Amino acid sequence: MSTIALDTAVIPTLQVRDLHKAYHGNEVLKGVEFAVNKGQVKAVLGPSGSGKSTMLRLMALLEPADRGQIVLNGTRIGASDHSGKILHHAEGKLAVQRRDIGMVFQKFNLFPHLTAVENVMIGLTNVQKVPKPEARERAYDMLTKVGLADRDSHFPSELSGGQQQRVAIARALILNPQVMLFDEPTSALDPELVGEVLEVMEDLAAAGMTMIVVTHEVRFARRAADEVTLFDGGVIVEQAAPEEFFENPQHERTKKFLSHVH
Amino acid sequence: MLFDPQIFFEQLFNPAYLWGALLSISVAVCSLLIATIIGFFLAVGRTSKKVYVSAPSALYVWFFRALPALLVLLIMWNALPQLIPALRADWYSPFIAASIGLGLVEAAFMAEIIRSALNSVDEGQELAARALGMKPASVMLKVVLPQAIRTALPPTGNEFIGLIKYSSLASVISLRELLTTAQIGVNITFRYAEYYTVAIMYYLVIVTIITLIQNRVEKKFLWTSRGVKKTIRPVTMNTRAIASLKMIGITPKGAKA
Repeated sequence: MSTIALDTAVIPTLQVRDLHKAYHGNEVLKGVEFAVNKGQVKAVLGPSGSGKSTMLRLMALLEPADRGQIVLNGTRIGASDHSGKILHHAEGKLAVQRRDIGMVFQKFNLFPHLTAVENVMIGLTNVQKVPKPEARERAYDMLTKVGLADRDSHFPSELSGGQQQRVAIARALILNPQVMLFDEPTSALDPELVGEVLEVMEDLAAAGMTMIVVTHEVRFARRAADEVTLFDGGVIVEQAAPEEFFENPQHERTKKFLSHVH
Repeated sequence: MLFDPQIFFEQLFNPAYLWGALLSISVAVCSLLIATIIGFFLAVGRTSKKVYVSAPSALYVWFFRALPALLVLLIMWNALPQLIPALRADWYSPFIAASIGLGLVEAAFMAEIIRSALNSVDEGQELAARALGMKPASVMLKVVLPQAIRTALPPTGNEFIGLIKYSSLASVISLRELLTTAQIGVNITFRYAEYYTVAIMYYLVIVTIITLIQNRVEKKFLWTSRGVKKTIRPVTMNTRAIASLKMIGITPKGAKA
């Protein structure tokens, strides 16, 4: 953790201010303030339906916010304000802004018609216009880093859930994002496959990647996170360093939540 | 008058039938191409949230699903040149009129096939592609469409076979396709059995070849690195069967890997 004196000078890598989102009149986010600094790993816990995944989707610019701001390295992205009304950028412009933000989904969402190496390549070839041979080589190296060099020519349907999620992480990583967002990356996995994915994520955290991880894995939050956040009812309830959060929670809501997961 | 094998074999190798068959196939290919292109835009249009895009698409499908193909062909060949002088020129042949006419009708059916195929692609696919920073056109072309094609292939094969048969309707606008060739022969010789049997043989061969090609194409969409291992033949269903399955809440997938 950086010192408090420095905090005022540090520009967060990704920050949301007063974020609001409602679906069919049902308010999911009620003014969320959240930020992650460079190299920081933030774990976000909370019951399902608390709005934590929604915040991630909004941060990744996959859905428009109703109100509030998303700021990447001090620059507002996704929308601008015009005389008090929020004006969302066009999809083409959003696509360019998304390249700095990596996203990993609960259900992996690998492209089933592409092999593992092609899944990792597509961001390079299609988005960054890297020539195919170079892209393939770099994608192969990235697969090696997540321990799947021998699975490069396999299709997603031929991989285990854990392997698929590691390919998905490689696919997002290869674009060299400034921040990686994980949306319950291990929730769809069989228990015995959770470890291999968490291991890759812990390596990533140790390598200094800026990460926001929405998860139910208390073990990961304890071991790899710099800060743990509890989400409930569309707002942030508590935010603290892992030891603080788990050993000495300040809020009743946090105590209650922890008594359920422990 | 018994079945005369000699007449049968003479006609079987008569180049006129081969030409007729080629014409039938060409009309079917051209109209399917037209139908697929129009059908794709209709399908995308119908899912649009903008009413001025979705309404014309729905109107098109409603209109051309209602009209008999025969009527459309007659309009294409007889009525339109009366209204549009440019269509009285030489280039406007029965072949072109039939291809466009059948293509326009078929587009309404292809639109439904393509629409349900696009719908069958998991929404997470589009989400993942957008998260990578892919532009909308790339999301469609590189991610959604390849998966939709897999679902659309079996019903499209059915439609193609249907078009081969529909092309015989073009006899009313004096296109000498396969069935017309047989009919002309019959009108001269009255050897119904022999000439019609030849037509049967040709249709069987054509549909067999189409089925073989379809199988090969579908195998390309199995998406498995072990090549062609245990290949479960995809169940081919016509659009009506798919529609009735949908009514009970099942979305049939084209092929099973």
